[in-house]
Amino acid sequence: MYESTLLDHYHHPRNTGKLEPADRQHREPNPLCGDVIEVFLKLDADGKVADVAWEGSGCAVSQASMSALSEKLVGKSKVELDAMGVQDIERSLETSINPARLKCATLGLVAVQKALRQEKP
Amino acid sequence: MLDIFAIRKDFPILARQVNGKPLVYLDNGATSQKPLSVLQAMDDFQRNHNANVHRGIYTLSEEATALYEGAREKIRQFINARSVEEIIFTRNATEAINLVALSWARQKLVAGDEVLTTEMEHHSNIVPWQMLAKERGIMLKFVPAKPDLGTLDLGLFETLLTPKTKLVCVGHMSNLLGTVNPVKTFVEKSHAVGAKVLIDGCQAVPHLPVDVQQLGADFYAFSGHKMLGPTGIGVLWARKEILDATEPVLGGGDMIKEVTKVGATWNDLPWKFEAGTPNVVGAIGLGAAVDYLTKVGMENIWQHEQDMATYVLPKLTAIPGVQLFGMQKPSLDRGAIFSIWIDGMHPHDIASIFDEQGIAIRAGHMCSQPMLEVLGKPAAARASFYLYNTQAEADVFLNAIEDAKKVFGV
Ligand SMILES: Cc1ncc(COP(=O)(O)O)c(C=O)c1O
Repeated sequence: MYESTLLDHYHHPRNTGKLEPADRQHREPNPLCGDVIEVFLKLDADGKVADVAWEGSGCAVSQASMSALSEKLVGKSKVELDAMGVQDIERSLETSINPARLKCATLGLVAVQKALRQEKP
Repeated sequence: MLDIFAIRKDFPILARQVNGKPLVYLDNGATSQKPLSVLQAMDDFQRNHNANVHRGIYTLSEEATALYEGAREKIRQFINARSVEEIIFTRNATEAINLVALSWARQKLVAGDEVLTTEMEHHSNIVPWQMLAKERGIMLKFVPAKPDLGTLDLGLFETLLTPKTKLVCVGHMSNLLGTVNPVKTFVEKSHAVGAKVLIDGCQAVPHLPVDVQQLGADFYAFSGHKMLGPTGIGVLWARKEILDATEPVLGGGDMIKEVTKVGATWNDLPWKFEAGTPNVVGAIGLGAAVDYLTKVGMENIWQHEQDMATYVLPKLTAIPGVQLFGMQKPSLDRGAIFSIWIDGMHPHDIASIFDEQGIAIRAGHMCSQPMLEVLGKPAAARASFYLYNTQAEADVFLNAIEDAKKVFGV
């Protein structure tokens, strides 16, 4: 699981920071391990993701997954994002995620999906 | 000296491979593996003697009752309780502690009274008291821990202890640090102000000799599954005088003497606190576990764990970047539990890398969030040893830390 792509994303996370103001914002904790990811999204006129930033802390799997995911978000609609799953993250990270770590790997995706379900703040 | 290789043969699961490697099971703090004798005792009961207990007049029911009550007597002997009346079967230690909170404490404590627990406790010895405190206006206070030493602050304990203190709750051995707390001192000081003492013995009873009469506490809780027994069975030991003066909380079958439309009278101890059909198989399994532990000898098991700690501690603390929580050096007040933090590597990642090598350790908050907060860390990776763990397994564990550090470049 700890292949070079995953470790690279963990050590050099992409798109970190905040977007202020953001069109959508959501903070998703994982109570099991204390990992947290907060995402900030800007949307275009069609409601597709125009820009993304995120902050987080926790294990390599959750942080690298969010980093890799953040590179795939721009241009995606809510429907497209809802259809995404761990397999997309595995593809981006070029590794397979152990079943015990699925929650870690999808923490960022869940944060993004929940952010898009909200109304504009 | 334990004959570990003979012992290991008694535990079928230890022959398993995990991810192509021999299983190295180092999560005994969470639950222990089960010897064949325990599995067989439970199987034999269900195949050959199964019936409900305390009910039938027929042979099978008498056999089942004798086996169930026989297990209680084994546990009485194992912790040297005065009488089987003081041995109440519960689901686990958590339920045992909650039983004290919901019965004795709820009936005797009033607003303004104080309960003391410690920062080092497992959540199960904190949350029930928080719930009770909220419901009844009771004040809950925490005996601070000294994070650098891994011990409780006895000086502050004494200042927190006042005539308002009605109950003191303390763990016998910490599941995060492996520290053996001076519970006898806690008992003496608490009794001096008239407070009762509840000891969470979950990590002690499996690992060292425990004599409840010698400790002199009022309540003592432990779980079967951490001491070679099955899940779903635990024990509350409590003084007979206290149990006699306490009303039951669960009503139903088995806990009554006589029921009329007007009311009911309670059964004798310990059944007064065991409403409904109990976990008969679980109790029998725990009885067999106690037989096994007694055969090996608790002194020998504790000595083995001391030997393990003596072997592991200097090597573990010498690995650059490894921060070990609690006592850094071998000590009679420390078991073979090793919780670590490595900067740049989350405990879950450590545990995943270990899993790839067949090594089972625990990662996370270990149900000890208040203590982790004191230590200033969100989580820990914990290896906890037991009677069947070998020095070779300790080496696998130590080498795996070095390997994991390489993967992460720390
Ligand atoms: C010190 C301590 N107390 C209580 C418990 C709770 O045990 P159980 O979950 O079996 O009730 C544990 C188990 O993790 C423990 O280590």
